[in-house]
Amino acid sequence: MLSPGRTLSSRLLRPISRLHLRLGSDGRAASSLPKELIKRHELEIDELRPLYMDFQATTPMDPRVLDAMLPYQVNYYGNPHSKTHAFGWESESAMETARRQVADLIGADPREIIFTSGATESNNMAIKGVARFYKTKKRHVITTQTEHKCVLDSCRILASEGFSITYLPVQANGIVDLELLEASIRPDTSLLSVMTINNEIGVKQPMKEIGQICRSKGVFLHTDAAQAVGKIPINVTDMKVDLMSISGHKIYGPKGVGALYVRRRPRVRLEPLQSGGGQERGLRSGTVPTPLAVGLGAACSIAQQEMEYDHQRVSMLANRLVQKITSELPDVIMNGDAEQRYAGCVNLSFAYVEGESLLMALKDVALSSGSACTSASLEPSYVLRAIGTDEDLAHSSIRFGIGRFTTEAEVDYTAEKCITQVSRLREMSPLWEMVQEGIDLKSIKWTQH
Amino acid sequence: MAAAVRSQVISLYRMMLTESKKFPSYNYRTYALRRVRDAFRANGALEDPRAVERLVVEGQQTLALIKRQVIPAVVSD
Repeated sequence: MLSPGRTLSSRLLRPISRLHLRLGSDGRAASSLPKELIKRHELEIDELRPLYMDFQATTPMDPRVLDAMLPYQVNYYGNPHSKTHAFGWESESAMETARRQVADLIGADPREIIFTSGATESNNMAIKGVARFYKTKKRHVITTQTEHKCVLDSCRILASEGFSITYLPVQANGIVDLELLEASIRPDTSLLSVMTINNEIGVKQPMKEIGQICRSKGVFLHTDAAQAVGKIPINVTDMKVDLMSISGHKIYGPKGVGALYVRRRPRVRLEPLQSGGGQERGLRSGTVPTPLAVGLGAACSIAQQEMEYDHQRVSMLANRLVQKITSELPDVIMNGDAEQRYAGCVNLSFAYVEGESLLMALKDVALSSGSACTSASLEPSYVLRAIGTDEDLAHSSIRFGIGRFTTEAEVDYTAEKCITQVSRLREMSPLWEMVQEGIDLKSIKWTQH
Repeated sequence: MAAAVRSQVISLYRMMLTESKKFPSYNYRTYALRRVRDAFRANGALEDPRAVERLVVEGQQTLALIKRQVIPAVVSD
């Protein structure tokens, strides 16, 4: 299968797809394309695809998930809400099986699961829905500064509607201060939203303790568990969570589907965002996409089966990566608590190296600095700013994502490449030179020219 | 384990590895090979014939799944 003469990099990196060359950009045969375009395609044919180390941004679909989805994309295409014929019945049965698979993973009842288009929609529904339903008596919502953009933005919209929002700061290790959290709960607080595992620094919040506090004060607890579901054991009863957002494409499932867990006992009421035919308990109208729901269910059931195996493997690989890098490179900081974390999300800051140039130097490994949603802007990540990282360290941080399909060879290659490139960039850096000479950078008075 | 069952398990293992090698994607291929090997290794000491039979049936279903999934993977590469 693999000839022994090929180097490690050529074995790992795959040729870029030739499909675009056969069809051309608008479906015409390649020979009729203008000369410049053909030349560009020929150059790309030699280009190899990078290694994938960005599992927090998205995950490839597990082949078992695709296998479960295909029949519903091809032959069993009925609308699950059609009550009068076999097409509808078989689709509905598949949808209900998927619902049960999602519920089993988090220890919930199937009637408490609502299918949505993703964790962003689930977050919007939970935050805006709960706040608006209870708005006559309760006008206060609490969240943290390290939440996902969709949560922060939903809270911003609520603020413009007249709600009062508290954005809790986090400690330097990324974890919320429980006393501060308890102190910020007011008699008119309706909802507290804290994400279980952070997507940028991998920190795990103490959900059991937070759930205990919220239950005792009569506040609903919502958690964005998109990065946590299927990776760590979750039980909504143990965590005393009332609402939970789940994302399909973070657990090796399809993109475009997610779920929201809404507790029935004690009942949580929501004002629906999407109106229509009353599907999904009236909370989210619209035809449930059967193939996607089946995919989400299959992904959840596979995750439950493989959780122990994946956890051991991911922890081993993450340790391997961090050990290799920190043993060869000085001045590397891991962002986020070292113990209370999910091993597969490693966020490292390399001092005295510029982040963008490091990412470009590592271009045959698919990595990210900060989260995918904020990668377009030049600002450093707000999560890193919230944990108190210095501006320059925040710019030189890289997030390594390790998942089910990562191999030892990929981790070793990434670590070696990282070490070489960081050393090379530091050699070129005058700041590094000054540090080597023992100058304290903070004491320098930079002058204008 | 009875000799007939043992040879059945070994041939199932070999077939699963052969089919797994056909995945064009490096990540899927290595995962399938590794997972099959680790699963057979973990269950190697099993004696109860009913448990073994159940696992063999599951293995045959997974083998069929791998054969089915290699096709779209090859076509869309």
